[in-house]
Amino acid sequence: MHPAPSIIAFTTLSGLGFGLMVWLGIGMPGSTGLVAFVFFAIAYALAGGGLIASAFHLGHPERGLLAFTQWRSSWLSREAVLAVATLIVMGFHAVGRVFFAADWVPLGWLGAVLALGTVIATSMIYAQMKTVPRWRNPLTPALFLALSLGGGALLAGQVTWAVILLPLAAALQLAYWWQGDRAFATSGTTMASATGLGHIGQVRAFEPPHTGPNYLLREMVHVVGRKHAVKLRVIGFSLGYALPVVLLLVPFSHVLGALAVISHIVGILATRWLFFAEAEHVVGLYYGRR
Amino acid sequence: MTSLPTHTDRKLGLVIDLDTCVGCHACVVSCKGWNTENYGAPLSDQDPYGAQPSGTFLNRVHSYEVQPSAGAAQLVHFPKSCLHCDNAPCVTVCPTGASYKRQEDGIVLVNEDACIGCGLCAWACPYGAREMDMAAKVMKKCTLCVDRIYNANLPEVDRVPACVRTCPSNARHFGDLSDPDSDVSQLVAQRGGMDLMPEQGTAPVNKYLPPRIKDRLDQTDQIDVLAPFLTPVTDQPKGFLGWLDKALDRI
Repeated sequence: MHPAPSIIAFTTLSGLGFGLMVWLGIGMPGSTGLVAFVFFAIAYALAGGGLIASAFHLGHPERGLLAFTQWRSSWLSREAVLAVATLIVMGFHAVGRVFFAADWVPLGWLGAVLALGTVIATSMIYAQMKTVPRWRNPLTPALFLALSLGGGALLAGQVTWAVILLPLAAALQLAYWWQGDRAFATSGTTMASATGLGHIGQVRAFEPPHTGPNYLLREMVHVVGRKHAVKLRVIGFSLGYALPVVLLLVPFSHVLGALAVISHIVGILATRWLFFAEAEHVVGLYYGRR
Repeated sequence: MTSLPTHTDRKLGLVIDLDTCVGCHACVVSCKGWNTENYGAPLSDQDPYGAQPSGTFLNRVHSYEVQPSAGAAQLVHFPKSCLHCDNAPCVTVCPTGASYKRQEDGIVLVNEDACIGCGLCAWACPYGAREMDMAAKVMKKCTLCVDRIYNANLPEVDRVPACVRTCPSNARHFGDLSDPDSDVSQLVAQRGGMDLMPEQGTAPVNKYLPPRIKDRLDQTDQIDVLAPFLTPVTDQPKGFLGWLDKALDRI
């Protein structure tokens, strides 16, 4: 799949922002006043900024309101509804914390549940795609959820939880890579089933339908850059998971904490780039490619 | 509404004969022509006369080489367009309700006025049947020429999809695949019509007729198809040539 920068930025940043909102919603930390304002501002900048970045991906963002209508059937619509509901509920919760030093517990927990729901809806947009075997696995929502909660704990200063959740996310990431590398072969979709010609013999793409590139190849048969996949996995894993945990285990300072956050974001951006660039869509089979 | 209908009254679709398709791309051209001038946004081209031409097409013809374990390889031309699936994954993923399947005839359509151009339906389609138009920024797909097949202003013979009407080798057939007595259903039954990627669970309406086995491709020396046309039709010229022949003999 084509790794669109807007989608990579959106899923990474908003996942982190909604993860931070979960922790703020359940009162970890339960800070008030200016400190709470800074926490909520960071959460809104990440979650809201991610949503705006995703709008750049649309052909007609001016019709975006229609995307709130199909929540019964569409994960993308559910994500839109849940994201806006989270931002509204957490907004009221933030007002209580910042201006009244009040902890409206039910509101905070509702916001936390909605934030978790948003992350699950985001991950299900990908996990539902039967056409992309690498994504269609329970590990996809598990990884998104663990990353969001682990990264959120990192931002929320919940060191104990971050040191538990980031290694958990790292384990899920390794499992995702391990099964993903086998997913296409075990999906059962081959050139033989795509063309229905397998009963005659070995099928080979002889001539494509067009001499130039087209939307399908640009969007879904992105093979450029996969050659650096192994290097990027090492970089993403080191910066996104290993280094932040090490930085959290040494005696705490704000500088090291900030370094851990930056390292985590850069590392996760790299793994998220791979999430798209390595994902093979079955339509590539019609072109004899993956 | 992007929920799929529980059933459709009819299942209009195409039956494509891989045995007779000659790979001329006439269906591609007629589809592009009709659907650029009629229903919805035109099918645009980008840089059509430049170094990187690209454009929106609703129908494309691939060509495959199939190599049996023994004997000669076989070339199969393979037209591919929307299969109007019963269990269309492109419909349910749409966040706006722009993508829908009609209950009355099963045609899968896009309401272009509600399409936000997110591209998710194209991701969900295993067949590559949907293409985003780069000029209009909305998703385009085969409409089964919905503006032809019900068009009372056209002569009855033209009330079929443009690709079917234009195919010079009769490789494309249009009809109601829910009716077991229809011509297309009988064709599917006789020729063993098949689904593409059945494991994807899309339940496509369009069917493909497999090519017949070409079992004598490696015996071309025994079946010289041109031989009957190369034998002399006359050895006694008549008329002017006959006179010329005799005159030259006498010299």
